Amino acid sequence: MMRLELVKRPQRSMLFSALSPFIAFALTIIAGAVMFALLGVNPLTAFNIYFIEPISQIWQLHELAIKAAPLILIAVGLSVCYKANIWNIGAEGQFILGGIVGSMLPVLFPQFEGPLVLPLMLLLGMVGGAAYAAIPALLKTRFGTNEILTSLMLVYVAQLFLDWLVRGPWRDPQGHGFPQTIQFNDSAVLPELMPDAGRANWGFVFALVAAVLVWILMSRMLKGFEVRVLGSSPRAGRFAGFGLNRMVFFAFLLSGALAGLAGISEVSGAIGQLQPVISPGYGFTAIIVAFLGRLNPLGIVAAGLVLALTYLGGEAVQSALGISDKVARVFQGMLLFFVLGCDTLIHYRIRLVGLALTKPEGVAKLEAAPKLKEAR
Amino acid sequence: MDITVNILLTIATAATPLLIAAIGELVVERSGVLNLGVEGMMIMGAVGGFGATYLTGSPWIGLLAAIAMGAMFSLLFAVMTLSLATNQVATGLSLTLLGLGLSGMMGTSFVGQPGERLPNLDIPGLTEIPVVGRLLFGQDPIFYISIALTAAVMWFLFKTRTGLTLRSIGDSHTSAHALGIKVIRYRYLAVIFGGACAGLAGGHLSLVYTPQWVENMSAGRGWIALALVVFASWRPWRVLAGAYIFGAVWIGQLHAQAFGIPVPSQFLSSLPYLATVVVLVLISRNKRLTMMNTPASLGQPFVPDR
Amino acid sequence: MKKLLIALMTTTAAMSLAATAEAADKLKACWVYTGPIGDFGYSYQHDQGRLEVEKALGDKVETAYLENVSEGPDADRAFERLAREGCKIIFGTSFGFMDPEVKVAKKFPKVMFEHATGYKTSDNLGIYNARFYEGRYVLGQIAAKESKAGVAGYIVSFPIPEVVMGINSFMLGAQSINPNFKAKIVWVNSWFDPGKEADAAKALFDQGADIIVQHTDSTAALQVAEERKLHGFGQSSDMIKFAPNAQLTSLTDEWGPYYISRVQAALDGTWKPDNVWLGIKDGAVKLAPYTNMPDDVKAMAEATEKKIAGGWNPFTGPIAKQDGTPWLKDGEVADDGTLLGMNFYVKGVDDKLPQ
Repeated sequence: MMRLELVKRPQRSMLFSALSPFIAFALTIIAGAVMFALLGVNPLTAFNIYFIEPISQIWQLHELAIKAAPLILIAVGLSVCYKANIWNIGAEGQFILGGIVGSMLPVLFPQFEGPLVLPLMLLLGMVGGAAYAAIPALLKTRFGTNEILTSLMLVYVAQLFLDWLVRGPWRDPQGHGFPQTIQFNDSAVLPELMPDAGRANWGFVFALVAAVLVWILMSRMLKGFEVRVLGSSPRAGRFAGFGLNRMVFFAFLLSGALAGLAGISEVSGAIGQLQPVISPGYGFTAIIVAFLGRLNPLGIVAAGLVLALTYLGGEAVQSALGISDKVARVFQGMLLFFVLGCDTLIHYRIRLVGLALTKPEGVAKLEAAPKLKEAR
Repeated sequence: MDITVNILLTIATAATPLLIAAIGELVVERSGVLNLGVEGMMIMGAVGGFGATYLTGSPWIGLLAAIAMGAMFSLLFAVMTLSLATNQVATGLSLTLLGLGLSGMMGTSFVGQPGERLPNLDIPGLTEIPVVGRLLFGQDPIFYISIALTAAVMWFLFKTRTGLTLRSIGDSHTSAHALGIKVIRYRYLAVIFGGACAGLAGGHLSLVYTPQWVENMSAGRGWIALALVVFASWRPWRVLAGAYIFGAVWIGQLHAQAFGIPVPSQFLSSLPYLATVVVLVLISRNKRLTMMNTPASLGQPFVPDR
Repeated sequence: MKKLLIALMTTTAAMSLAATAEAADKLKACWVYTGPIGDFGYSYQHDQGRLEVEKALGDKVETAYLENVSEGPDADRAFERLAREGCKIIFGTSFGFMDPEVKVAKKFPKVMFEHATGYKTSDNLGIYNARFYEGRYVLGQIAAKESKAGVAGYIVSFPIPEVVMGINSFMLGAQSINPNFKAKIVWVNSWFDPGKEADAAKALFDQGADIIVQHTDSTAALQVAEERKLHGFGQSSDMIKFAPNAQLTSLTDEWGPYYISRVQAALDGTWKPDNVWLGIKDGAVKLAPYTNMPDDVKAMAEATEKKIAGGWNPFTGPIAKQDGTPWLKDGEVADDGTLLGMNFYVKGVDDKLPQ
């Protein structure tokens, strides 16, 4: 019987930092080949369609940017939260509120046009997302309420609120009773980057800019240092004079604003109106993106693009080879597991040890355990 | 009177899967591991339970299969996070993605097939007692399991040496390790227990709640279970209370609609979520108590250095 | 290993060659679904239609589909992908696909597009829909006959015209038998959550309804009816297997014949964008065999079905709106436009529509 044992490296391995994604990719290819072969599909054809085709056509590159933009924007904000050890998992709700608040202008004042509309909308979107994120922050700092629960519950509330809006007060009166707002006027639509080549809009640029700015903030500025210190040791942070409550607000407001920006960019750029559902779960997928990118804004850009690619590839094999949506999702799950597993190599060496060879366990000091928690 | 009993029974059915999945996750989190893959394990349990019932004709075998399926699926999470020390949040979310896909793949041939419902407990003489008879002696077997499970976990965590050890691991894996406790082994067992519970909760969906298989039939209940653990500040009886409060508001809003209360249904539908937040705010004002029950090393990977 | 690789590569090459050869003489027909085809409801029924096309037209067509496509930029991409991959005719099966389909249709003028349940058309975009309300009138009549309490429980998803029109038609049918008939309405705010649908059914039964109607997709509500030894109606597909003693009939969607005729037209080169609203007479709306009811009720249901197939519209006056104001004069028939945008209740409905 063999067993895995991890041995911590003295410092993170630069080699594996660079190599691990490729190892993960190779492993995915092997496992995927077995899976596709079992399903009776030629693995080479499948891989070609899954990974190569989506990035070899211009229009698909644009689609990739559209799909990746909200993921990156949200994940960049979340990375700050998670670095600070603050668990905002309600970005989906903040995304939706950003979409709603940003849409107030074109929906309620459709006659208001001009170059001012779009910047105002984006600003409102950020305010909306940040305001919604301020609720769990306030409850946490004021009452000590756990933010995982509050931010998650508020997602459902946001979804239902949007649903009510577009079916009730904000419904397009000319829309034959269907649940959507009026189409935004031209000055409220986020322009496409290269209209002749594809649909990608400025949202992707926002994502890249946000990633760079947050990267500078985290690695070059005092605030980033504060986030890291408070995240790894709140006690040390307090000694350094950093306020934990202020940090909670900072992290929530920043991530909420970015999620809100993603929301309004999506609504105004890719959709062009509000409808009952504006996100296929971006806020949750972005959590995976944040960690895949190792909580580093630049890593997140890469992770967001990779994850977006797996969605596009999944659709491509579905339509070209008749492989079901489920298979594509299983394949996506496999890729994620391999990537996460291989990242272990950055911090650890893996040794296979036979059980007989391990050192005998130290004398069990179980009897000492009660002392540990006598306080209870 | 009859309507009250019926409503209570409906609430119990709605609360049971939430309770079971949350109790399992509570043990996992008490050991210091955060598994966000409850939804994925639950749906795997649902398809496993339905599939085994469909193939063997016995919902009891289905029940066991649901538990086994959840446990097996959680093993994947355990290997990743415990042996390979991967990030628990990301691994858990990926587990959910994988579970939703895999269950859909496995269940393709079960779509449109009627299921077999686990029979209700029925004790002649007792079940017919007015009012309390059906509540106490006429429910489905998983309901009784859920109550027993809650009591057992309460007893285990706070009254046994092993439970104490498990909690101490959750509070500080490094000191537990220093004391010679096999942290990883305990956590493996805790994660598998959590998986088995999530699987059982899924089995409740496809064998009792709605005896059928359809893709995504868990419809977000795994997430609610996760939230309930936090809501309960990691204490079993509060999970029980939370699951039933949630269930009561959930069923209550449907009754309010059927009764014709003129409030937009979206607001009524969001009541269970808002109620959970409000109740948590009310009880979490006692910060000391909350802090004391929060596993301090929750979500942090542990690698023994030797 | 090397041999294996070479073998793999040659097969790939052969496959891609075969693919181009196929594309030359086969017509590719494609579908986009909003839900998973495993929902045993709306998307499932559309996919059954696709399979019927494959069966009926055999070698002349190949089909492809994308499932679980969310309504937003994902839908734009889905249609664009299919159009670029050589699909000659594309069916979008959900209302939310309307604007994406309009956009993509403009970009690919040679591809034929069809959109279900919408209202926008163009030179290469036709629309189709089914008059489910016709069947619901029959359900209403059966419910009024079979219900002892005179109260039905009605489980609904979202307040869109199709659903509102269904409620109205059901009530008109029921009131034609029992003028005092009532329906209790519960919105579950989801097309698909079996657990919640079951809970809603239980709540409605507990509040005195003894017959259940649904405009949601799962079989859960009927299973509750079966358990309580009461009755109900299926939706989308025949659900008799799930409730052999409870199902009175089921309102099923049969898209196959329509899909076959449209793909055939595309093959023949006679396809033109159209605006069709298919009903009982076209075989697109079907009522599953009448069960668990006395013969006279069955005869009545069959007679009504025949009357509707013969061209009679359930929305024929005199009909008053909920607040009692007259809507249709005696003998006046509602026009399709009003029906397709219906956002008001008729008299006797006990609920308030979100405005």
